[in-house]
Parts: sequence; structure tokens; C-alpha cells
Amino acid sequence: MFRYFLTRLASAIPTLFIIITATFFLMRAAPGGPFDQEQTLSPEIMANMQAAYGLDQPIWKQYGRYIASLAHGDFGPSFKYKDFTVTELIAQGFPVTLELGVIAMVLALIVGIPLGTFAALHHNSAADYAAMSAALVGIAIPSFVVLPFLGLLFGVYLHWLPVSGWEPRSLSHLALPIIALALPPLAYIARLTRGSMLEVLRSHYIRTAFAKGLPLRTVILRHALRPALTPVASYLVPAVASIMTGSLVVESIAGLPGIGRFLVQGALNRDYTLVLGMVIIYSALLIGMGLLVDLLYAWLDPRVRVR
Amino acid sequence: MAALGEDAVRRLRASPVALGALIVMSAMIGLALIGPWLNPNSIQSLDWLHVAAHPSTQNAHWFGTDRLGRDLFVRTLAGTRVSLAIGLVASAISLLVGVIYGAVAGYAGGHTDHVMMRIIEILSGLPLIFFVIFLTVIFGRNEYLLFLSIGAVGWLSMARIVRGQALSIRHKEYIEAAVASGARAGRIVAKHVIPNLLGPVIVYATLTVPQIILFESFLSFLGLGIQEPSASLGTLIAEGASEMESAPWILLVPGGFLALLLLCLNIFGDGLRDAFQVEEG
Repeated sequence: MFRYFLTRLASAIPTLFIIITATFFLMRAAPGGPFDQEQTLSPEIMANMQAAYGLDQPIWKQYGRYIASLAHGDFGPSFKYKDFTVTELIAQGFPVTLELGVIAMVLALIVGIPLGTFAALHHNSAADYAAMSAALVGIAIPSFVVLPFLGLLFGVYLHWLPVSGWEPRSLSHLALPIIALALPPLAYIARLTRGSMLEVLRSHYIRTAFAKGLPLRTVILRHALRPALTPVASYLVPAVASIMTGSLVVESIAGLPGIGRFLVQGALNRDYTLVLGMVIIYSALLIGMGLLVDLLYAWLDPRVRVR
Repeated sequence: MAALGEDAVRRLRASPVALGALIVMSAMIGLALIGPWLNPNSIQSLDWLHVAAHPSTQNAHWFGTDRLGRDLFVRTLAGTRVSLAIGLVASAISLLVGVIYGAVAGYAGGHTDHVMMRIIEILSGLPLIFFVIFLTVIFGRNEYLLFLSIGAVGWLSMARIVRGQALSIRHKEYIEAAVASGARAGRIVAKHVIPNLLGPVIVYATLTVPQIILFESFLSFLGLGIQEPSASLGTLIAEGASEMESAPWILLVPGGFLALLLLCLNIFGDGLRDAFQVEEG
């Protein structure tokens, strides 16, 4: 198992490297440069600025320099946010994005799994239909529609929660964005859990467990839940991706100082280093999540450990 | 295939929820197509007497107007049309690419299949928004390229489903029987494989349309998609979200439209999946 994990870890590094390389050259293929939007610069100043950031060098040399500085853990200077390095920009915003994402993910899991289990236990009842209709609404309606609706309801009409803005360590400012981000994965997890739970409940060993006279609680928690969670585990990587993309808009609607805004703004501004930094952070998170899911599989399904 | 289709239609008829979704959806599409002629306002005309006006039946602005005095009824319907068009065209593109890629991987099997699926695995491990952002940045904000780039990222799950189906079909007894009776590869593909792929492909194409509409409105919301003066539902929602506290209907009208449309498409797709008895990929 440990060996398997190591080979997966080893294959993650070339993947990340390919992503970085592709992003680097794709960004450079885009017309325009980071200094286009400044007030008309004289050619001399332009040339000086280009030289200061090493943009006058051949592209292969720039690529080599970037990879070398990455190897030292340096993401380079931002082209647009003067006096800031990309590392500083990301370090400022990342805790907010991380807090938002982690809470949303946990919420999706601790509500989605019981909801799906509940629906499976009450298969074809009114409660099942109600839960699954709610899940369908959650899947169908995107977070950038849900969040303004929630803001209108709880912020503007009921005055329970702030509509937007951010204060350090204030959960009330994060509540609505977290709910908006959590809803789609929550709904999906509920559906997956219900589907696989229905299948597991039909299997022989569950019938045996019931026949032994075990209470429902024990059968579900000790016998059924673990195998039923395998599809949920394989959905975790897409779930993280969905929360990441969701945070791009949710942060801007709610006015949160996370890193979500850097990706789109950076790409539009041709802030090469910032975009690369964002792509590296996001890809590394996703790849890391994929590795975690592999370990989780082994825990959920002992047959995997043999391989 | 004919029998399969008839069965599916019968099962679909027996599902009132899916039929209801189909009716609501058809009504919305019909309204989006003919609606603008029912109302005297045009998409771009500015009515300075009614700026950010409430929805009312007193004047011609049934759903109210936005900050510039543009009629929301007409703009929302036009936006729905743009969103639907993108959903259909981009789905068709992803369908085409996905079916070809998946079928090739599934039939070839072995090493080719392994490499092709590994590529899909890597691509789907990334937030696809990166690629679309890059494509829009590189090629400028061109609407046709928007179709292409959204379609180009939507084919991954279609390819996976088609490949799985193709793999399982390849080992079915009726294929062996066809091979044993001397049928050529082309005939087997045309007569046995493609008809059996069709059900799942139709089902997933139906479920791809709402996903793509959602993705496009997401991009438009970020300002990367459809540009002024034309608008998709995503652009309208972005406008509305910034006016939420003073004029909530600017958000509620297009937001409600998008939510209802996506919901109906998803319910109908789910109903179709149950009717064709396709298992979740």
C-alpha cells in the first residue's frame, strides 16, 4: 500500500510540471503584455521595465529562470501589484479562501452523507422524494445565483446576516458564502450516498447482520456505511474542483479578500507570475486531494490494500 | 433499437415529473423564441422615464427595467435565447468529440485505451475554468470561440461514458455471434454497436446541456463570456447582483429564469436516464 502511494506521489510531480509548462507557454502565447494598460510609456522606459522583469530575454531562458526560482520556493514578483511578490499576495488571501472552502466541504459531507443515508432507508417514501428533489435543486442552481438569493432573503429582507463584506474571525460574514459553495457538492454527495447505500442494503451480509438481530444503527454505522462511501470518496476531487471554481465568483459577490479574484484578473492583466502561482496552488491542491482519496479508498475498501 | 426507444417513451410518459419539466421547459423555450415580439421594447432601447422601474402591468415593462432603463422582459428572453443557443451548440461539439474519442478508446482497448484514458484523467483533474480563461484571454472574447472552448472542455465525461459502453458492448454475446457469422467490422459497428450506444449518449447529451448553460453563465458572470450589448443570463445576473439591495428584481428575473430552466433540464434529463435505464457513469 505504502509503495502504491509512493508511486502515485512520484507520478504527481511530472503532472504538475506539465501543467506549469503548459500554463507558462499558453500565457505567453496570448497577445499583449503586462505593461499595456499603463499610461503611454516611452519606448525607453518600456524597454527598461521589460528588462527589469527579464521579459527581454529569450522565452526559453525566462522559462528556465522561472523553474529555477520555483525550485527555491519563489513564485516571483507580481507584474501588476507593484512591490508585492506572488508569494505575498497568495499568503494574504489564501487563509480566507481555505477557511471558506474547508468549512463548505465539511458541511457538504456532514449534511450530505446522513441525508443520502436517510433517503435510502426510506426508499420511495415521501421523505425520500422530498430529499432528492431538494438535492436536484441544489445541483441545478449555481452558487452565483444561490448566493445573491440568500443575500436578499437573509440580508436585505430578514436582516439576520450581513450581505457582503468581511471581518477577521467573523463567521457571520462567511455563513452565506459557505452555504452557497456547499450546496452543489452537498446535493451531489446526498445523491451518491443514497444510490450506493441502496445497493449495499440489498447485499447478503447486510441481510445477515439484520438476521443476527443487530439494531439498525449498528448495521448502518458498522457494516453499511463504509462500503457505501466509496463513490463519495471518488467524488471528492471533483467536489474540491467545484468549490474552487465556485469560490472564484462567491468571493467577489460577497466581497471576501480571498485569492479567487487573482486568477481571472491576473489572466486579463497578463500578470504572468500571478496566474502561474494560482494555477500551481490550485493544481497542487487537487493533486493532493487525489492522493488523499487513494488512501481513503484503502481504508473504505480493504480489497484495494492487496494491490 | 426501435423496441428500446418505444419502451423508453412509454416509461417517460409514465413519469409525470419529467413530463411536467418538459412542458415548463418547452413553454420557456417558446417564450424565449416568440416573446420579444409580444412586447414593444427592444433589447437596447433606453427608457429614461422608467429607470430601474418595478415590474408592473401599468406600463410596457412587465418585468421592470434595469439601471439604464432597458426592459428586463425582453432582455431576459434574449438572454435565455443566447444561453440556450450556446448550450445546444457547445453540447453538440462535446458530443461529437466525446463519442469519437470514447469509441476509439473503447474499441482499440489495451495500451491505446490506457493512454487515452490517462489523458482524460489528467484533464479532468484540473478545474476546467483555467483552460477556458486561457482560451478567452488568448483568442479574445469571440463568441464563436466561446462555443468552441466550452464544447471542447465538456467532452470529457461523454468520452468516458461512451468508452465504458463500447468496452462492455465489445464483449457481448451478440457481437461474438455477429463475428462468428462472418459480419465485417463496419457492419458490426453500424448494426450493433452504435444503436446500443445511442441510449446513453442521448441521455448524457441531455444532461450536458444544463451543465454547459451553467458554465457559460458562470463565465459571463465573470465578464469573460458574452459581451455588451448582447447578454446571456449570466451577464444579466451579474448586473442584477450589484443592484440587489436597491432593485432586487433586476437579479430575481434573470436569476429565476436561469434557475427554472436548469432545474427543468436536469429533471427531464434524469427522467430520460430512468426511462432508458442507463446507469450513472
